[in-house]
Order: sequence, then C-alpha cells, then structure tokens
Amino acid sequence: MSLALIAALPFLGALLPGLMIRSGRNTCATVTFSVTALALIGLVLNLPAVMRGDVITEHYQWLPDLGLNVNFMLDGLGFLFALMILGIGLLIILYARFYLSKSDPMGNFYTYLLLFQGAMVGIVLSDNILLLLIFWELTSLSSFLLIGYWKHLPEGRQGARMALAVTGMGGLAMIGGMLILGQIAGSYDISVILTQGEAIRAHDLYVPALVLILLGAFTKSAQFPFHFWLPHAMAAPTPVSAYLHSATMVKAGLFLMARLWPVLSGTPEWFWLVAGAGLITMVLGAVIALFKDDLKALLAFSTVSHLGLITMLLGLGTEYAAKAAVFHIMNHATFKAALFMIAGIVDHEAHTRNIRLLGGLRRLMPITFAIGTIGALSMAGIPLFNGFLSKEMMLEAAWDTGTWFAVLATLGAVFSVGYSFRFIVHTFLGPVRDDYPHHPHDPGFGMWVSPALLAVMVVGIGLFPQQTVGAFVEVVAGAVTGGHPHVHLSLWHGVTPALIMSGIAVGLGLVMLALQRSLAPVWDAAPRPEAKAIFDALVDGAAALAHRVTDALHDGAISRYLAVFVVVVVAYGGWAFWGGSFTPGTRPMLPVGPVEMVFFVLLVVGAAGVVAVHRSRFRALMIISICGLVVSMLFVRYSAPDLALTQLTVEVVTVILLLLALNYLPKQSPILSSLATRLRDGAIAILAGGGAAALAFAILTREMSLPTIADYHIANSYTGGGGNNVVNVILVDFRGFDTMGEIIVLGIAALVIFAIVEVVLHGPASRRLLNWVPDMPQAHDRHPLMMVVATRVALPIALIVGVFIFLRGHNEPGGGFIAGLVVAIALLMQYMASGFAWSEERQRFNYHGVIATGVAIAVLTGTVSLVLGWNFLTSTNVYVYPPFLEKIHLASAAAFDLGVFLTVVGAVMLALASLSRIGRRAGEGVNLTAMDVDPGANPEVER
Amino acid sequence: MELLVALTIGVMTAAGVYLLLRLRTFPVVLGLSMLSYAVNVFIFASGRLVVGAPPVLGAGATMTDPLPQALVLTAIVISFGMTALVVILALGSYLNAGTDMIDIEKPGEQPETGH
Repeated sequence: MSLALIAALPFLGALLPGLMIRSGRNTCATVTFSVTALALIGLVLNLPAVMRGDVITEHYQWLPDLGLNVNFMLDGLGFLFALMILGIGLLIILYARFYLSKSDPMGNFYTYLLLFQGAMVGIVLSDNILLLLIFWELTSLSSFLLIGYWKHLPEGRQGARMALAVTGMGGLAMIGGMLILGQIAGSYDISVILTQGEAIRAHDLYVPALVLILLGAFTKSAQFPFHFWLPHAMAAPTPVSAYLHSATMVKAGLFLMARLWPVLSGTPEWFWLVAGAGLITMVLGAVIALFKDDLKALLAFSTVSHLGLITMLLGLGTEYAAKAAVFHIMNHATFKAALFMIAGIVDHEAHTRNIRLLGGLRRLMPITFAIGTIGALSMAGIPLFNGFLSKEMMLEAAWDTGTWFAVLATLGAVFSVGYSFRFIVHTFLGPVRDDYPHHPHDPGFGMWVSPALLAVMVVGIGLFPQQTVGAFVEVVAGAVTGGHPHVHLSLWHGVTPALIMSGIAVGLGLVMLALQRSLAPVWDAAPRPEAKAIFDALVDGAAALAHRVTDALHDGAISRYLAVFVVVVVAYGGWAFWGGSFTPGTRPMLPVGPVEMVFFVLLVVGAAGVVAVHRSRFRALMIISICGLVVSMLFVRYSAPDLALTQLTVEVVTVILLLLALNYLPKQSPILSSLATRLRDGAIAILAGGGAAALAFAILTREMSLPTIADYHIANSYTGGGGNNVVNVILVDFRGFDTMGEIIVLGIAALVIFAIVEVVLHGPASRRLLNWVPDMPQAHDRHPLMMVVATRVALPIALIVGVFIFLRGHNEPGGGFIAGLVVAIALLMQYMASGFAWSEERQRFNYHGVIATGVAIAVLTGTVSLVLGWNFLTSTNVYVYPPFLEKIHLASAAAFDLGVFLTVVGAVMLALASLSRIGRRAGEGVNLTAMDVDPGANPEVER
Repeated sequence: MELLVALTIGVMTAAGVYLLLRLRTFPVVLGLSMLSYAVNVFIFASGRLVVGAPPVLGAGATMTDPLPQALVLTAIVISFGMTALVVILALGSYLNAGTDMIDIEKPGEQPETGH
C-alpha cells in the first residue's frame, strides 16, 4: 500500500468514530479497529521489500520553493516504529472498548486516538524534516486531547497542559535545529541529510543544531531534566498511558535520535549530551519508581528509566549499542504496554491503583497475575523473557564504555529489579485482603486478550530471539547505523561481565525490595525539588509578566491606541520623506474652474462643520451627508460615473442606518475632554491631514513611475471580458476573485449585525428597551398618506431602474453593486413608509437566504469554469438572437454580477431590518395596515 | 485643481482623525465615515485626475485609469458594511452598558450613564 495512504488512513478514519458512535459502542470500536487494521495490513505488505533492505520512497510536491515536500520513506527503522504504532494501537483499541465506562464519550476517544496514531505514523514515515516537524507538532496537540480526555479531572487538565507546554517548547527548539540542519545539508529531505553526515558534523553550526534538536527529542522522550511531565500525564485513561507512554509518543524522541544517528552521532558533544542525559535519566527514574505507590506512577517512572536506557545506548555511538537500543525499543514496547494494561485492569477491578491497598490478587485474578508477572519479569531483566536479552546487551555496552558507566548502569538495573519485583510482590502476592475498595476478579476476555498477546510475544522473543526477530533487528539496526551490522541474538553468551552485572542487579534488587518498606519514609522525608511546583511557578511568573505588559500596553483606552497609531503612521511617513531626496512634481495641473471651487468650499466647510457641531449629533449627521454627496459629484467630474452612482446610493442607506441608530442613542455628546486634550487631538488631526494632503499632492503632480496595468484591462475588456465598462469588467472578471471575497465579507458583516442584535435583544439591553421612553417628540402620523402613496408608485419604477442599471452595467456605468443598492433603497422606502411589520408580512424571501444565494451564485459561476477546465472564474460571452428582438449580448460574468447584486440587497436589508427589530422591542407600535389613517373610512362615523 | 483635491483629502482626513479621537461612539462612527471619504478619494486620485474620459470603451478617445475606480467601488460598499457593523456595536454596547463611552472606564473615573 502507498505510504501516503498508510499515513493518511488514520486521519481519514478519525472522522468515523465520532459519527459511528451513534450506532453504538461496538460499531464505533469496530470501525476504529478496522481503520487501524487496514493501515497495518498496508504496512505489512511492504515487509518483504523492507527485509530485502530496500528503502521505499514516495514523493509529492507541496511547497518545493521552501523545500517542504510530502516525501515518505520506509526502511527498517520506520517499519519497526510504524509496526509498534499500528500493532499496539490495534490492541489498545480493543482494550479501550472494554476499559472505558458507559459515561465516557467513546467517539471522542477513538477520534483523538486515530488523530494521534496518524501523526505518529507520519513522523516515522516522513522523508522530509519539515513534514516530520508538522507531524511532530500534531502528536503534541493530539496527545494533549488524549491526556486531558477526562476533562472533569483537574489532574487530567493540568497534566495535559504540562505535557503540551513541555513537548511544545521542545518542538519549537527543534524547528530551529531542523532548519539549521537543512541549511547545512542543502536539503530538508532526510535521505539527503543522511548522506551529509561528515559535512554536518564538521560545520560550525553543528553544536547549536544538535542542542536544539536534542531539546525536542529529550522533551518528547521525557529525558532528564524534562522527565517530569510524563508521570503527570498518567492522569489520562490507562489505554492512553499504555499507548502514548510505552510504544508511541515518548518513543518519538528516540526515533528521531535513531533516525539522525548516522548524521549527528560519533562526536564528543553527542556522546556526553545524549549518553549523559540517558544515564542520569535511567538511574533517577529507576530510583523514584521504587518508591511510588501508585501502580501507574511506578510504571511511568520505570518508562522514564527505560527511555533513559535507550537514550544512553544511542548516545554511546557504537554499532553494538545501536543494535541493543533497537532491540530494547522493541522489547520495552511489548512488556510495558502489557504492564500498563494490567495496571489498568487492576484499577478497573479493585477500584484502586495504590499498591499499599493491594496484595494477594494472585488468587483472585490468576490471569491478570500471570500476564503481569511475565511483563514485570521481563522489565526486571530476568532470563527467558525478552527484557533480559536487551538488558544484557545494554550492560555489555556500558561495560565496554568505562567503569563509571558500568557502575551506574548496574545501579539502574538494581532499582529496576527492585521496582519490577515490587510490582509483582506487593500487588499479587501475599495474603488475600478483605479491604479492597471493590472486590476484584479477572476481567472479561476482551480486556485481557491484548496484554496476553503481548505477553506471548515477550516470552516468544525471550526464548527464541534469533528465530523470531533476529533478521528484523538486523534490518532495523542497519537502517539506524547506515551500515550492515551482523546481529546474533542468543540466550546464553557464557559467563560475561554483563551476566555478572545482571546477577548483582538481581541480588541487590531483591535486597532493595526487602528494604523498600523501611526506606520509603526516609525517601518521602528527604527534601527534593518538586518539578510540578517549579513548573507551576514558572508558568505563573510568565503569565503574570504577560499580564503586566498587556495591561500597560492595553489599558482599554481606545482613543489612546488610535492617537498612538496615527502619530506613528505620520512619523513613519515623515521619516520616509526626509530620508529621500525631493524634487517637485512636473505633471501639469488641471485648471480650477468655478465648479471645482464650489466642491472645494463645500467639502471644507462640510468637514469643518461636522467637527464644529459634532456634539449635536443629528446636525452633524446631516452635514456629513453633504460631504458624501459632494464626494460623489467629485467622482462625476473626474470621469468616474460608476463611483458616483455607488457613493450616492451608499450615502442614502448609510444615513438611514445612522438615523435609525441615533434614535436610540443620546442625541448630544457632552464635553468630556479637557481643552488641552482637545488641542492635542487637534494637533494630531492637523498633522495627519497635512500628511495626507502632502502625499496626495505629491502623487497627483507626478506621472506614474511604472506603466499602469490598466492598459491591459482596457485592451482586454471587450475581447476578454465581453464588456465595454472597464470598471465593471474588472470587478466581475479580471478581479472577480477579489469581488467574491468582498461580497462574502459584506454578507458576513450583515450576519454579524443580525447576530449582535439577537444577543442585544436577549441581554440586559432588552429590559432597557422595554422601558424605553422616547427622548424626542414623536410624530403622531407615523405613516403619512403622502409618503405611502409616493413610495408605492415609486417601487415598480425603482425596481425597473435597478434592473436597468444591472443589465447595462457590463457596458455602461452601472452593475450589480449599484443595482443592488438601488433596489435596497426602493425596498427601504416601503419599510419607512408603512412600517416594519407591514412590509415584513409582504416579504417572501428571508434576507439570510438572499445573501447565501448571492454568494452561492458567484461561487458557482467560478466553479463552472473550473469544471470546464479553465481557471476559476474565467468568463465567456456569446451573442444570442432571440426572434423579434435585437441581438442580446450574454456574458457569463453577468451571472457573477447577479450574485453580487443579490448579496448587496440581502446584506443592506438584513442590516437595516435588524435595526428595526430593536425598534419593535422598544415598544414602537406594530401596524398591519399600510398607514395610520384609513382614507376610505368616514371620519364622521368613526368619531 | 490637484492642489485643491489634495487639500480636500487633507481636511477630510484631519476632521476624520479628530472625530476618531473623541470619547463617545457616535462621533467616532462619524469620524470613520469621514476618514472613509478621504481614503476613497485618495485611492481614486492615485489614478490621477482626468476630466471627461470615463473608462468606458467607445465613450471617448482617452480613458482614465479604471483600476483605482474598481478598487474604490468595492471599498465604498465595504465601508458601508463596516459603518453598519460599528454602529450596531455602538448601539448594542450602549443599550447593554448604559453608556456610549468608547474607553473602558478606569477606576476612579465616573462615566455618565445614558438618558
């Protein structure tokens, strides 16, 4: 199966559990299981090629300019990890079906699990480090969802947050490291980077790159000093812990170190950083694990310790150590996943994981006991189980490295034996107790079959290592080291230093177990840094700092932000001006005629007038509309008829809108700012105005420095867009995509307005409105006869004008925008004349639908051309000759313009209709007749 | 004439900015409208001022630059959408909070309530 498909299957499948949960928990689990099984089968189909030593690759271009390509590769190393992720994933899915209780949302769980699985598979199959980084971050995010799955538990949420913070920060560091690595190697493809080992190690930036990448790997794989997040992540449901913390997530860091091993290893820096951190982690984790009473915490620290062991092996940089590392990755996944599941079963059955409350479960849960013992013995490194084999190899590698390594490795092994036996002895052995929180017994087959299968593998590999996995380990080790290592796994090597160290470890380990009960109080009393407290303090400190900075910068005074913004913009403009050389413009100016003079005076007086009377809001509104009108005259004068029409119609709807709003706002603005503030604001305003004027003048008095692209538009307007009105053709054709975005924005704005009104009408404002007393005298004839009659007569005429403007738009000034505004005004007039309720009753389409139809038509027009094999929104035009009529010019862009038209009508009407809903809430009367006075009624009779 | 148009843009910008810096919602909305006029004329003017040459094929021998016009046309419509949105926001916050101050009140300052 295609590698891309293997990686994509879990992501695609993640959509299913959430849907299938409606058909029941079994269906949901089965679907999830099938998805993973399918991916696993696809993977295993590649096994013969991988065993031959082939590297299967797949390349898709994504952003080749950035070096980011969807390249996949599958070799032994990738295969091992993908096998663990999918194989153990399969067992976990089965186990979780029976572990999760009825109240747990199972659909969510499986969706998160598949997302995580896909991200992990992506990491191990990536042949591009940028792609790998994307999957890497995805594992951090999806594991956050999994760890925090029990949202009601504070420990779950805190654990998830800590895991995300630590691994996320490591991921950030790693991005830096990877970019450096890619820059040195000249490619972001792993297969290329792997060939550049010499050059990379000799490069000046090798050490920074190494440190940054190791930060990512260490945080992910919980290496000292970042080991603290892993135990806290144990708040997750046990299937999650078993999956993330034995076989997948925490192994991602190991995978990365193994993947880049041929490139990065072999230097003293690598040795000391990786082997050192690994050794410390191994010993520290093992010591802490011995003193943990919570079964999962014990396993968590044991995981930390074993991860340290593997990290140390990778750090040693020798081929033998790499072989041992690969083998132990495999073995650890099998026994640790089984042990987590056993801990989960004990918790599920006895309702506690506290080792002090347990003991004697051997008789009550014989199957669980058997599986748990096999796993724990393997974890201790006892012969006949697979953990023994790789631990022997580790001890031998440590022995070869030096005395200190040998001593510390043995010390780690001692504690490892101690906690492993403690897991068996204190949980299962001893007398049966009568004070379990819940009387335990073996769970059903569905729950123990997964760990049982793993236990079979533990024993199988332990007894017949060479026959079962020998060849496979050889392939994987070859992929890690880039060479052709020979692997021979066997139970008996003779009496070697490693065997003696192992013997010492078992002996002393049993002593440690015996002493555990008496040492525990000493350990608990000993002072030591509490990682969670330090982490919390750091987070709180950072948050407090962020708050202080934000509060200082962002104090809620919008006027201050705006003032700062304007001043900065003007300052930048000034800086740019004085930084360059200045020559006056040479473009000849147009003469100033009387018309222009009138425009100028009106605009200046208007603008000044608005400022002067702005406290009296109604008057200011009237004056500002004068400015709008003069601006549209300006457009007429300077050859922009379309703009003039648009400005004129927009002006009308804007003023109506502001008037409606002003009805419920205070009519006056009291003087709030001091004279000094007003002077300061005035100075800022004059500065900004002066800058704008100077800039405009500079542009207007110069020719364009580059040839304008308008020539292209003009030349192709008719032949390409089928229209004579170049502005309209630009809107619906050349830049149709922009216009599409704009009408979508307009539609969204209208919907937001509707939503805000909806919220306002349900909030405290509603009460205020119900008690609203008009602060201005109200007209007694709210729907005057004259106005009603006039608007009725005007409606058909206005609609025909709208249609006319729409149809001529492609060739002459007009088009969808203007036509939409004209029609909207015609409809608004009905609202104003006869009231909201009357109009609404005669209104057949709801405005949301009109907006949606408009946008849909516009998008559809573009899609049709896409389907026909042209670019999105390519237009075409034809002449049709209907009988008895003149020829008609039809352009496909006209359909697009129809979309624009409908959206504009819908958006304008929705905005204003929303406002009038506020009016109705404020107790304005609802009339269902066209006007207040019935002209047909006899006034004498009525009186 | 170019000088007068430039001055117009400047005056409208200044008026817009001054109103923008007021502390009540309604003047700020007016200021935004004013600033929209200024910006629209400014962008339009970047196509240079030409009299009697509308960008319609067959209307005349010369033609002014149609592109800024197309840009401004949508800008005008979008300005309407923005003004409508801001006005509803202003109205909503006034009705909810009882004040039409735009700044979040600082401790010690006593905002006037409406009506």
